[in-house]
Amino acid sequence: MKELVIISGKGGTGKTSLVAAFASLSSNHVLCDADVDAADLHLILDPQIKKQQDFISGNSAFIENEKCIQCDICRDLCRWDAIGANYEVDQIECEGCGVCVHFCPEQAIAFPENHCGEWFISETRFGPLVHARLKIAEENSGKLVSIIRQESKTLAEENNIDLMLTDGPPGIGCPVIASLGGATAVLIVVEPTVSGKHDMKRVLQLANHFKIPALVCVNKFDLNIEQTLEIEAFSQKNNLDAIGRIPFDPQFTKAMIEGKTIIEFNNNSESSQAIRDIWKSLEDRFQLREV
Amino acid sequence: MIISIASGKGGTGKTTIACNMAVSIGHDVQLLDCDVEEPNAHLFLHPIIDNIKTITTPVPIVDEEKCDLCGKCVEICQFKAIVILGDTILPFHDLCHSCGGCELVCPVKAITETGRELGEIEEGHLDGLQFVHGRLRIGEAMSPPLIKKVRTYCDADKLAIIDAPPGTSCPVIAAMKGTDFVLLVTEPTPFGLYDLKLAVGAVKILGIPCGLVINRSDIGDDKVMEYAKETGIPVLMEIPFERKIAEAYSRGDLIVEIMPEWKNKFQELYEAIKAIVY
Ligand code: SF4
Ligand code: SF4
Repeated sequence: MKELVIISGKGGTGKTSLVAAFASLSSNHVLCDADVDAADLHLILDPQIKKQQDFISGNSAFIENEKCIQCDICRDLCRWDAIGANYEVDQIECEGCGVCVHFCPEQAIAFPENHCGEWFISETRFGPLVHARLKIAEENSGKLVSIIRQESKTLAEENNIDLMLTDGPPGIGCPVIASLGGATAVLIVVEPTVSGKHDMKRVLQLANHFKIPALVCVNKFDLNIEQTLEIEAFSQKNNLDAIGRIPFDPQFTKAMIEGKTIIEFNNNSESSQAIRDIWKSLEDRFQLREV
Repeated sequence: MIISIASGKGGTGKTTIACNMAVSIGHDVQLLDCDVEEPNAHLFLHPIIDNIKTITTPVPIVDEEKCDLCGKCVEICQFKAIVILGDTILPFHDLCHSCGGCELVCPVKAITETGRELGEIEEGHLDGLQFVHGRLRIGEAMSPPLIKKVRTYCDADKLAIIDAPPGTSCPVIAAMKGTDFVLLVTEPTPFGLYDLKLAVGAVKILGIPCGLVINRSDIGDDKVMEYAKETGIPVLMEIPFERKIAEAYSRGDLIVEIMPEWKNKFQELYEAIKAIVY
């Protein structure tokens, strides 16, 4: 079982469009949208939901006012200043640590579980997709990422599928860490800008930290050839495979508006050709083709 | 006044708007880069850094001499960050949320606190602009505590512009909560619109007034505009796609540097926000 995680550090580099394009080129895979915070893959893949499950994670404190004697113990102990002036818990600040619950002398604080979102197993025209919707302003996105990656894996194994394609989240924090552990390789999609390069280096450090092999491809490479060359030179120096360049192409947006992958939208475009080459080189490198 | 600049979807131009606005206003202004996972504003502003501070969060250490393995700490910890394995007690610092519960419940006072490094805060300046950003340590999972630390640098006598991280979960909330206005930067594409709606949902929960900047306003369709009309969210600025702007961005140049006529527009943007807030 192999898993390729596509990430970018910086958002908006074209990662999701690229994952969708790979999905239309690969024949046997499970897709996993691990960008649970702003999940967009479904906008192109138009999934038919087969199974839906609640994502329950963590707890939150609620003071029951009729039991509360206003002793202020909870206020003194809470490190998030979550206890409001009228002895109500600010749900945005509450970390769910349960310290107030434990120390309340009147047992006046309830501590129910949080419903933080949903996750889905769906069918798409490019095979099964496991995806999720994190409720707005929720925590625990890392845990949700771990769940959907595990579900994707189980689904793949049950159906004798050998490959997982995972659309990873931006940044380097908890959801990204959760999307990397145990992956076969990570493909970093970078744009040739000073920010793109900066963010790529940080996400690469993270991949190295977790000892996940990394590859790089430059999207919109012709926007700034100098930066592209610098990224490629940096990659070479750091034993990082730069496996391709994709030209700047307004057709990506047009394809997205029609709910299509770039390959479906215009199979003959330069960008489609570039993506096919990148995919082929990934297939060779990781022996992804069926025998 | 504190203005936070957010977006839902990444890569829509938050940092561009934040930096150009800050430079256009020029004095009595702070730029706080709260995208601590991938801070970028310094790449455009090149501030002179005056001060670097390492930021830590408290985590427990256990004195094994005193610990009698009663397990009270394990019981209170909601995050499985302290466990008993055989006859040793093991705190897992990476998982700890720093609530202090274990120290409080320990009947033999075997637990004290040390620090786990969250990252660094760098403080600097550029003419009349004060610059602060956080840089999350590689491998650190929790960004909100560092974001909140960056927020403590807000100076009530100045205009503070906050460059928020992408998304709609806890890091963005930490960057936006308690600010006076949220400027949402989006692009007119299906991804842009979908993520914008989530971001508006987050802003609504916080009850903060907001407005829109539509970046690359001519690359996609009209759906973002229609959405803005339907929901009554004011569109405060539109920036058309120009290769010249994209190339300047790629080099780390500001729009107002290559097209000085935009300086006025960014000042007007600020005036428009002031008119809404006051
Ligand atoms: S559960 Fe923890 S964070 Fe929430 S209110 Fe109680 S003490 Fe504060
Ligand atoms: S401080 Fe809180 S989160 Fe950290 S180990 Fe102790 S009980 Fe667990």
